[in-house]
Amino acid sequence: MGFNKIMSEMQRVGEVIEASTTDFTAQCYELYQIPSLGSLVKTKDQQFELYGIVYNATTTSLEPGRRPIARGKDEATEEEIYRTSPQLLKLLKSEFGAVVVGHKDNGKLYHYLPPKPAKIHSFVYQCPPNEVKEFSQSFDFLNMLINAHLPVPAEELIAAALRQMSQAYEDRQAFLVAAGKELAILLSGNLNQLKAILGRIRG
Amino acid sequence: MTQENQRLGIVVSGSLNKGVEVRLDSSASVEDMAVGRFVTIEGQKRRFFGMITDISLGVIDQKLTVTPPDTSDSFIAEVLAGTSTYGTIHVLPTLIISGDAASMLQGPQPVKTIPSHFSVVKLASQRDVELVFGTEDEKRFFIGTPLDMETKVCLNLEELVKRSNGIFGKSGTGKTFLTRLLLIGILQKGTAVNLVFDMHSEYGWESRDERGRKVKALKQLFPAKVAVFTLDEESSRRRKVSTDFVVRIGYDEIEPEDIALLRQTLNLTELAVEAVYQLSRRFGKNWLEDTIELKGAEELPEDLKIHESTLQSLQRGLATIRRLPFLVPHSPDNTVKRILEYLERGINVILEFGRYTDITAYILVANLLTRRIHAQYREAMERAIGEDTVPPRQLVITIEEAHRFLNPEVASQTIFGTIAREMRKYNVTLLVVDQRPSGIDGEVMSQMGTKITCLLDNERDIDSVLSGVPNKSELKSVLSKLESRQQALIFGHAVPVPVVVRTREYGSAQSYKEFLPSETEVAKQAEKDIEELWE
Repeated sequence: MGFNKIMSEMQRVGEVIEASTTDFTAQCYELYQIPSLGSLVKTKDQQFELYGIVYNATTTSLEPGRRPIARGKDEATEEEIYRTSPQLLKLLKSEFGAVVVGHKDNGKLYHYLPPKPAKIHSFVYQCPPNEVKEFSQSFDFLNMLINAHLPVPAEELIAAALRQMSQAYEDRQAFLVAAGKELAILLSGNLNQLKAILGRIRG
Repeated sequence: MTQENQRLGIVVSGSLNKGVEVRLDSSASVEDMAVGRFVTIEGQKRRFFGMITDISLGVIDQKLTVTPPDTSDSFIAEVLAGTSTYGTIHVLPTLIISGDAASMLQGPQPVKTIPSHFSVVKLASQRDVELVFGTEDEKRFFIGTPLDMETKVCLNLEELVKRSNGIFGKSGTGKTFLTRLLLIGILQKGTAVNLVFDMHSEYGWESRDERGRKVKALKQLFPAKVAVFTLDEESSRRRKVSTDFVVRIGYDEIEPEDIALLRQTLNLTELAVEAVYQLSRRFGKNWLEDTIELKGAEELPEDLKIHESTLQSLQRGLATIRRLPFLVPHSPDNTVKRILEYLERGINVILEFGRYTDITAYILVANLLTRRIHAQYREAMERAIGEDTVPPRQLVITIEEAHRFLNPEVASQTIFGTIAREMRKYNVTLLVVDQRPSGIDGEVMSQMGTKITCLLDNERDIDSVLSGVPNKSELKSVLSKLESRQQALIFGHAVPVPVVVRTREYGSAQSYKEFLPSETEVAKQAEKDIEELWE
């Protein structure tokens, strides 16, 4: 199966509009078509494929100065608002941020930061289950998530990411226990955080 | 539960003196561990063989012990097991089983170093245990299996009988059982002849196990190799034991040394014992009768200065002895000579005491016979050295209630103390059976080659058994955790490492069959016997 074909089979969810070594921001093609918190996404250029975990998403006005106003006073349902004002879909945008947790170089997977950040306008894809499985064979990404300085609390993000990844496994429980054990070692000095995460991922 | 070569964990700290600390993997449950079990440690260059001596729990963060997590949640419990909370085992490496030249050429070597950090620890496999304890052959006797394993632990009986050995344990833990097993082993392998002072008449013909079942003893298993002597013909006859000889001891055979050893049991004073020597010097062979017949101190020959009260106390003591039914004024036969004749022919002698189980009779007879036998052996040995001929057969003398003979007060005087200390010079060694090892003289204890001990719980007894053993504290925890039946800790000369065994089965038809030599061995033995005849 050709590489391009695989890529095209994947669900494309957006395009990089801002990038740094540790994370990138992508805009969704459709309003509200945001990948779930904690899901594994990837973007690629000629040499590297970058893996990111969605840590944040926003929906804002296209123009920074123009704030949306309440429109539903005379409408019966929320859907009606969008139906009667179809321009809304064009005036708003959804964006999500992903923290870079690894990359592939020449087809080989590395669980650390790539040498270069993503390029602007690179496509961003949602990783299919088999790729999630491949990536989560190693739990090294957990350490990156713990140490990343993000606007969302690390325990929320880690728990979300593990919940998402576990869906790729038939034996979700075994995966979560293994991840939990890894966390127990990483967070040996921070019992409260460990407890918070474990509380969020248990079956 | 525990499959072969299961990985347990990794070495995290330790020292050669104290053993190494092993952190268990999360897959190895601390509840599956057991002290006394064997493990191997895969060092970078060498493989080590060791024993689990302690098991403990650890937490990565002390906070966990103060605010324990919700363990009713199986997920959290599973995650924390082996990570934040973990088990550790303490392993005492005892041997290097492969990796260096010496161990390849000469088998397992004692450790002189410890495995490096993070060496992998596994349960010892059957092969490893076999490598260490050898397989059953003409010298090695299968005594039992290690904990949770089917491998045979074999004692090197040729080495064993060269030194005095001890079997210890609280009453009811299987001392008699083990002793019988060991005697069978010595008989089966023919490494020595035995003289057993059988206080409770349980080694000769048959006895009963704890469940009251009859079990066969030596004479039933090896009729041609065992002779049963008895002090109490009637008792033996009632028990339907065919005896080979009825032991009678003449008054004239009793010597002052025999009385000295009975000082405590007869409640004699030092002066009274002193008087015995004077009296025997004066009266000669018949001193015992002559002394008892004295009417008072005034009848004493003038040059003997013995106080009236001393004489009375002595007479009372001697009268106690004279009342023993197996004592006669003059013995019709020479018991010592008979015993030696049997022993020389390689026939083991078991002396039953029948009803005379009181300690006075036991001490008197055991001491009296042993002293003379030892003297004969000594002569024979010296002659053999002088004339460069075949030395007498190795003799093992089994005594029970050994602390009566070997306590610190009398050990220096009795023949048993001498045998225990002289060890193998004269081809006579002891097999000491006792329930109170703390009562035995420390010097004697330290000279014992191999000690086999069942459960002991008295602190002093444990200390005494383990005195002079390296890594005493580790073995102590193993010893005090033995089960009360069928388990024993063996350490010393005849085993390469201390080992906890579940003793082999005894009492079923199959077990009897296993003790008997196979047909080829019988043929070999016959050939050997014929050769000996021509020598």
